[in-house]
Amino acid sequence: MTQPGTEAQPLRVAIIGAGPSGFYAAEHLLSHPEIVVEVDLIDRLPTPYGLVRYGVAPDHQKIKSVTAAYDKTAANPRFRFFGNVEFGKHLTREDLAAHYHQMLFTTGAQTDRRIGIPGEDLAGSYPATEFVAWYNGHPDYVNYEFDLQQEAAAVVGVGNVAVDVTRVLLRSPEELARTDIADYALEALRESRVREVFLLGRRGPAQAAFSNPEIRELGNLPAADATALAEEVELDEASKAALDRTQDRTTMRKVEIIQGFAARPPGGKPRKLVMRFLVSPVELSAADGHVAGMRLVHNILQATSAGTLVAKPTDRLEDLSVGLIFRAVGYRGVPLPGVPFNQDWGVILNEKGRVLDPATREPVPGLYAAGWIKRGPTGVIGTNKPDAAETVANMMADVAQASTLAPTEPGAGAVEALIRNRQPDHISWQDWQRLNEIEVQRGKAAGRPRIKFTRGEDMLAALGR
Amino acid sequence: MNIAHMLARKGGHVFTVRPEQTIREALAELATRNIGALVVVDENDRPIGIISERDVVRWAVLDEHLFGRTVRELMTKNVIVGSPEDDLKSVAHTMTEMRVRHLPVVVGGRLVGIVSIGDVVKAQRDEYEGEVATLQIQITDDRS
Repeated sequence: MTQPGTEAQPLRVAIIGAGPSGFYAAEHLLSHPEIVVEVDLIDRLPTPYGLVRYGVAPDHQKIKSVTAAYDKTAANPRFRFFGNVEFGKHLTREDLAAHYHQMLFTTGAQTDRRIGIPGEDLAGSYPATEFVAWYNGHPDYVNYEFDLQQEAAAVVGVGNVAVDVTRVLLRSPEELARTDIADYALEALRESRVREVFLLGRRGPAQAAFSNPEIRELGNLPAADATALAEEVELDEASKAALDRTQDRTTMRKVEIIQGFAARPPGGKPRKLVMRFLVSPVELSAADGHVAGMRLVHNILQATSAGTLVAKPTDRLEDLSVGLIFRAVGYRGVPLPGVPFNQDWGVILNEKGRVLDPATREPVPGLYAAGWIKRGPTGVIGTNKPDAAETVANMMADVAQASTLAPTEPGAGAVEALIRNRQPDHISWQDWQRLNEIEVQRGKAAGRPRIKFTRGEDMLAALGR
Repeated sequence: MNIAHMLARKGGHVFTVRPEQTIREALAELATRNIGALVVVDENDRPIGIISERDVVRWAVLDEHLFGRTVRELMTKNVIVGSPEDDLKSVAHTMTEMRVRHLPVVVGGRLVGIVSIGDVVKAQRDEYEGEVATLQIQITDDRS
């Protein structure tokens, strides 16, 4: 067999997962002039863009504009999209091996890490990602319900997701009505009685993961006052020493902003954000089977031998009266059927994007990973671009070494026929463009960026199917 | 970004050597694997030291017959180790300040990986590139 990558015999690549990493990988793959590549991007959901559509907060439309770059990639004639097609259900690894020279997994980190405390699963305690998926109109979450009748809520964690959830809880219905938040979520949040949100960080203000623009935004919400406790935002000796050493201006500024919150006089806005630091939940208490409170332990910071300041619990406890809890303490990848997994890190077992055989630790020819399922959930959207570039460089090197799969039916038509057979309701890029137009059109009338379809059957109906 | 994320894409390979092995054997391993250091582990796979190309070079100046010596004699015993939750910023700072090029990563005494200064540089570069790429998209907002 001749080496694939020519007009007569293009290199056929399947990418599983149409989020940022899938699109960046496609972009890199299609930008090699010396080799003819055809990319099929496959997603479990009917719509593309992954977390840009279902993760990025609805009040952050500017961040969502990154999809313009993905649309350019999708316009390439050698690119196809198959939405509503699930790996492991409609297509197996064997199916892909019969039709593609290479398969690349970009399925992200789809599940929450647990805190591991008693009461974590009480009614009223939710993984923050479920709330995020729900308010963004993720088809798997439209029927979820969240108890927004509570007046006090706690959000555990200080990463992006924690900050997004906090903002959405504290925005007024009028603010949310200008976004592309799911209609049902807008209605539910209109009735929300949440007035006070505690944002809980286990370490101090200098170690908080949020960016300075994010924290400023929290401090300037139109309908909520932001505050912090003076004793928790004062830097401890270890943090001071670390800042003195590194002279990290961004962190210094962040600490100043947060200390500013603590110094503010009480405001008169209807809702309130209380940023808490150096506290960890140890137990949730219940009344009638529902969360009624959270026991916190106060932490101090201690340096590891590599210099990171980590939280160590003291014996000082505190009870916080909250009836609603969102847990945002980290995410993990989910194993894919027939693909080696690294349980230690919650990722596909890989070396620089090459999937490894668990027994030999040698690369499995033709299998690759990129994005969060390769390195874990970290970085901003754009971090996935260099990450995908690394994997694609290895894919190209392996093609040059003639180390690919040997598909028996490498034609683009053969796999399309198979997909049509297994999933007649698959969504093409053209279908998506039509859905996108309808969403944007519907939004225009209401002064919103778009009004999302949130159910697969509604999308199919809109396409006349 | 923390050490866990840096190790996740490294396949979990950690190349080790036993203290009673010879420097000749250790050098052969460094050359075959194309790496700069080996973690020295005891019979229970617990890290007890590290031996780097730099250690060998320093000894070679003093002792021309070092190839037959044991790893135990040359290894650095007071090893700075990392844990998966150590963040990139502090690891980068510590490795630069302490002039350490390899950081074995340990969980409950068990060796789970190693981070080299090259990994740190790459992780930092990817982080900066990613931020720049994201900012570029947001300021150009190119919908043409």
